[in-house]
Amino acid sequence: MLNAVSFQALPPDWPGGFWWHWLVFTIIILAFVVGMVMAFIYTERRAMARMQARLGPNRTGPFGVLQPVADAIKVLLKEDIIPNKADKLVYWLAPAVAFTPALMIFAVIPFQNGALLADLNIGILYVAAVSSVTAVGIFMAGWSSSNKYSLLGAMRDVAVVVSYEVPLVLSIASVVLIAGSLSLNQIVVSQTIPFILLQPLGFIIFFLAGSAEINRSPFDLLEADSEIVAGFHTEYSGMKFAMFYLVEYAEALALSCIITTLFLGGWRGPFLPPWLWFVIKVMAVFFLMVWVRTTLPRVRIDQLMALAWKVLFPLALLNLLFTAIQVLAIPMAMSWLMIVINFALAVILITLWARLFKVGWGRVEV
Amino acid sequence: MALKTEPFAVNIGPAHPSTHGVFRMRATLDGEVIVDLEPVFGYLHRGVEKLAEERTYTGFIPLTDRLDYLSSMANNLGYCLAVEKLAGITVPERAMYLRVILAELQRIASHLIAVGAFLNDAGAFMTPILYMIREREKILDLLEMVSGQRLTYNFMRIGGLSQDVPEEFLPALKKFVDEMPRWIEEYEQLLKENEILIARAKGVGILTKETAINIGASGPVLRASGVKWDIRKADPYSGYDRFEFDIPTGETGDSYDRYRVRVEEMRQSVRIIKQAMEQLPAGPVRAQVPHLIRPPAGETYTHIEVPKGELGFYLVSDNSIAPYRLHIRAPSLINLTALREMVLGWKIADAILIFGSIDICMGEVDR
Repeated sequence: MLNAVSFQALPPDWPGGFWWHWLVFTIIILAFVVGMVMAFIYTERRAMARMQARLGPNRTGPFGVLQPVADAIKVLLKEDIIPNKADKLVYWLAPAVAFTPALMIFAVIPFQNGALLADLNIGILYVAAVSSVTAVGIFMAGWSSSNKYSLLGAMRDVAVVVSYEVPLVLSIASVVLIAGSLSLNQIVVSQTIPFILLQPLGFIIFFLAGSAEINRSPFDLLEADSEIVAGFHTEYSGMKFAMFYLVEYAEALALSCIITTLFLGGWRGPFLPPWLWFVIKVMAVFFLMVWVRTTLPRVRIDQLMALAWKVLFPLALLNLLFTAIQVLAIPMAMSWLMIVINFALAVILITLWARLFKVGWGRVEV
Repeated sequence: MALKTEPFAVNIGPAHPSTHGVFRMRATLDGEVIVDLEPVFGYLHRGVEKLAEERTYTGFIPLTDRLDYLSSMANNLGYCLAVEKLAGITVPERAMYLRVILAELQRIASHLIAVGAFLNDAGAFMTPILYMIREREKILDLLEMVSGQRLTYNFMRIGGLSQDVPEEFLPALKKFVDEMPRWIEEYEQLLKENEILIARAKGVGILTKETAINIGASGPVLRASGVKWDIRKADPYSGYDRFEFDIPTGETGDSYDRYRVRVEEMRQSVRIIKQAMEQLPAGPVRAQVPHLIRPPAGETYTHIEVPKGELGFYLVSDNSIAPYRLHIRAPSLINLTALREMVLGWKIADAILIFGSIDICMGEVDR
């Protein structure tokens, strides 16, 4: 019954049916997440070091590739400290609550045509729903640590996630309009032209909102090291800290995967095998995030909120409106026209909003 | 039901990533907004002023290195000038010019750290400060060439310098001076019109002209508020009246202006070094002074423009081999008193940024 409803794209030649499929893909996802997170940590540290005129880790293994492994071992051996005044149960549960949803997102990511754990026909809704659960784990961590910095960080995270969910989902909606399906696999199948060309504005909104949602710089307010030390995980050490570290990168990986799937044509590509295309695109998106992180200072919390509600939200709404009109008015054969229109729209709207969006407020009389 | 909220106190520091040493801000927050802030310092107090009374005049020079350890050369210069004024010692021409070169090199090095740390406080993940440390390394190499040290130089002496600069110093300095403007351009490209930096720093932490003068602020903090006051021009010492340079000033006195003033000052310092190199005369670098200096009884206040502002040494002599009393007017400490004024009503993130834009060094604040 499950097969009939949710697992439409189960490959017909898969031996053993549902349970084998479930087992194999669970293992694949775990291996993929752990492997890619290590690759991400290595990439980030090396790429960031290059951009900052230094070398980065280069002692453990060839070119320092074993650095993430060494870090993992180090962190495992660290003492596990629980603050006296912590809410012990919540403190203990928080890393798991944060980590599980980050892992669950990968259930619907297609690694190649039909190669995914569950081809839900509401795949993208599932992603939007599951990804925001991580915030609960982070808030639990911040609250239970009974540390003011942690609490500030946790409060910021909740505010950010609640605000940025709106433009995020709206920009997904315009992609769904063009693709005509909520299933991630179907969205990739329908991308004869990568949607980044049809939805340049949607891509920018999604990238910004996504970065804010997973707290990548310049929106990394909840662990702003120069302001609130380490934010929600100030009090965490040892394996629990490692879990949060893993969450951070697993979320970055999930966001890269979703951007790849929605906008960059997922596993589609010439010559190379599809899964390799997928990995290459994911790495490219992550590299963009690293690049942004090394370049920009951090925004302030009120500016972050203003960006969500005054810029991204109206732009996402307008983008959705114009996309809907285009989907109705322009036949599929004329998609090149959509590329031109949407790029023009993106440039016009962003320029317009850049003029409307003034900076320099923020002081409160006391 | 309306939920009750109340402000809560947060101790920012003494061990905090961006307090630039052991400084504590006891902030009262209403959500993210700072409603009250009390700076607490003294964690690094070493009693430097008292120690001076137990040392010979020359023996105190190493301790001046440790006041503002990011500008040791400038501190050396200030102290030596004070003693020279008290004892009536004339410094040879060559030593005067070399002192200017070294002090201006030190100014660039200190401003590099100031700007880099400011950007770090703004949340730019290490990139600007690492670029600037790259150039600071070159300055430290130059200063190491002359003094053998990289941080606490102890190079200037009463009556001149410890020794003449080595012959490879001037070519190396020329190379550096030729390259430096290009590097400053590089930072400008990265930062000057950075949208987020402008959003974060422009209009944030305004110090008005009147307040700045009233609290006795000096250095880039004062100049960013629009006051054209630089002791190098207003009360020239060590031959600064022979060089041509501008005093960059800001308009509004916000954090962005303080950052701009520092970048401009780096350019002016390069200009001064160029002129000093061209005019550098030959000759001895140290006047003939006795080993134990006994200045005639009397007192002096000598002030110079160090990277962070007006550094003053108030010296009282009773014709013995040690100062009777030494007081140090530390620019960091006095600029820091403006902090509360500037941060009230801003958010916690701004407080860190404003604090970074003042550019203090705890070694000098606590002495």
